[in-house]
Amino acid sequence: MAKRIDVQDLDIFYGDFKAVEGVNLSVEPRSVTAFIGPSGCGKSTVLRTLNRMHEVIPGGRVQGKVLLDDEDLYAASMDPVVVRRTVGMVFQRPNPFPTMSIADNVAAGLRLNGVKDKKTLNEVVEKSLKGANLWNEVKDRLDKPGAGLSGGQQQRLCIARAIAVQPQVLLMDEPCSALDPISTLAIEDLIHELKDSFTVVIVTHNMQQAARVSDQTAFFNLKATGQPGHLIEIDDTKTIFNNPTEKATEDYISGRFG
Amino acid sequence: MSSTTARPEVTFGSKSSGRAIRNTVATVLVWAAFLIALIPLGWIMWTVLTKGLHVLFTGTWWQKDQSGALPPGFDHNVRGARHALVGTLEMSVVTSVIAIPIAIMTAIYLVEYGRGKVARLVSFMVDILSGIPSIVAALFIYAIWVTTFGLKLIPVCASIALAMLMIPVVTRSTEEMLKLVPNELREASYALGVPKWKTITRVVLPTSLSGIVTGALLGFARVAGETAPLILLAAYTQYLNENIFSGNMAALPTMISTEFSNIGDAVSSERLWGAACTLILLVLVINLLGRLVGRLAKVKK
Ligand SMILES: Nc1ncnc2c1ncn2[C@@H]1O[C@H](COP(=O)(O)OP(=O)(O)O)[C@@H](O)[C@H]1O
Ligand SMILES: [Mg+2]
Repeated sequence: MAKRIDVQDLDIFYGDFKAVEGVNLSVEPRSVTAFIGPSGCGKSTVLRTLNRMHEVIPGGRVQGKVLLDDEDLYAASMDPVVVRRTVGMVFQRPNPFPTMSIADNVAAGLRLNGVKDKKTLNEVVEKSLKGANLWNEVKDRLDKPGAGLSGGQQQRLCIARAIAVQPQVLLMDEPCSALDPISTLAIEDLIHELKDSFTVVIVTHNMQQAARVSDQTAFFNLKATGQPGHLIEIDDTKTIFNNPTEKATEDYISGRFG
Repeated sequence: MSSTTARPEVTFGSKSSGRAIRNTVATVLVWAAFLIALIPLGWIMWTVLTKGLHVLFTGTWWQKDQSGALPPGFDHNVRGARHALVGTLEMSVVTSVIAIPIAIMTAIYLVEYGRGKVARLVSFMVDILSGIPSIVAALFIYAIWVTTFGLKLIPVCASIALAMLMIPVVTRSTEEMLKLVPNELREASYALGVPKWKTITRVVLPTSLSGIVTGALLGFARVAGETAPLILLAAYTQYLNENIFSGNMAALPTMISTEFSNIGDAVSSERLWGAACTLILLVLVINLLGRLVGRLAKVKK
């Protein structure tokens, strides 16, 4: 259960402001793609168009196509709610539901969509927490509030919550930027494992992280402030880091700007 | 760093004496303002409690109404306020049943759905509504109920007028609480493929529940003490009436204003302060209830 993503000539707007222009990229199933680039170049914006979260922001709209195994996510007949069940998302700051226990947080996606059967839910909770490498740490306090965990644990709880609805694709927007190095490592290990079952797209500010976790890297940049962001190049992570085609990519990676 | 940078001369380690003085003056002023604000509160409580508290302990106060009361000056029994307490509770509860759902739904519309002109118009109308004097709200209900439809006034008319006063209060407090819910939680829910309405009912509302309940109870306390709509729409009676759809109905505020016309009489004065004390006690209990609900809802976190 993993799907391929194809983005074709995508322009993304906030009201009248064109934030990102002309993105073309493909993501293979069961691979990790990293988005890198300086702040404000539109990495999060592009990521959020991949599960139609962009339009949640007032004025947010897109032009172009995003295909998930040849199905256009922006076709008129496509229900954004269904898209989001298929393409899950983990955010920059861990955001467990404060009124719910650890188990309820993980089960939230199913319960809020009408699954009531206790046994199914318990199984999913265990499986997802195991999948997020969190089971051993929380199995004795599943009924305790999710907000009582450490930042790194909360983030893994959010990953468990996202994979509990069995998406095909998992999007992560700087999932480690609010975490300490140990928790970061735990999440990176997890991403390696998630790759076996999901297509993963991750935004990161940390170049080493992109190099460590991804198969493919996309570099985004701005021509100038106030101009829309562009996808400069996308290639195998090895190629991007050792032998990029574009000068801008090389400059960014070698730390000459950004 | 260049030496031309404008920078106040500070000797490392020494405390500026000017700042110490300003700090002391400000502290004293803030405390004084606080105490001055406390004085009227303490004074009101003191007056009402000293004059009325003992009345609440007379055996008949909670059990009896004022039936059998003789004209002022001839009556030697304080009797009871059960009729007024029951009336106040009934009318306020019915008010809440009308107002709270409307207010919460309006707030949900304004915070979660409202965009552009319509939302601004609704928000503006809530502002207008919160500025309407209670007596005007009562007149409006009178005009519709009696003048337009030719119906007979019943106690529930007062509840409808009170609801007009309660709606803006609860709408605003609920709005504030909903705005406090971080957007990240809504996004987390959407990202799980949960539809918007379910996100609101299952994530946003539970997260802000304690605040919403507290706001609603404060709105309840507010209308429980309103007087003008009752004077116009629910005439005072000395008898207990439990049916909000017929007859007259007493309430604590109207009991106070009725007894006030004979305040020179010792027994009337007892009743008046007893009713005032009961009203304050009622508001206090509701406030504490609000806090308790808030506490209980937080325990889960
Ligand atoms: N909610 C928003 N409303 C309007 N403009 C936004 C919003 N979010 C981001 N932008 C703009 O879109 C551009 C890209 O932002 P973003 O995708 O957050 O960049 P990145 O994630 O690469 O740092 C920026 O110019 C930013 O100001
Ligand atoms: Mg970002």
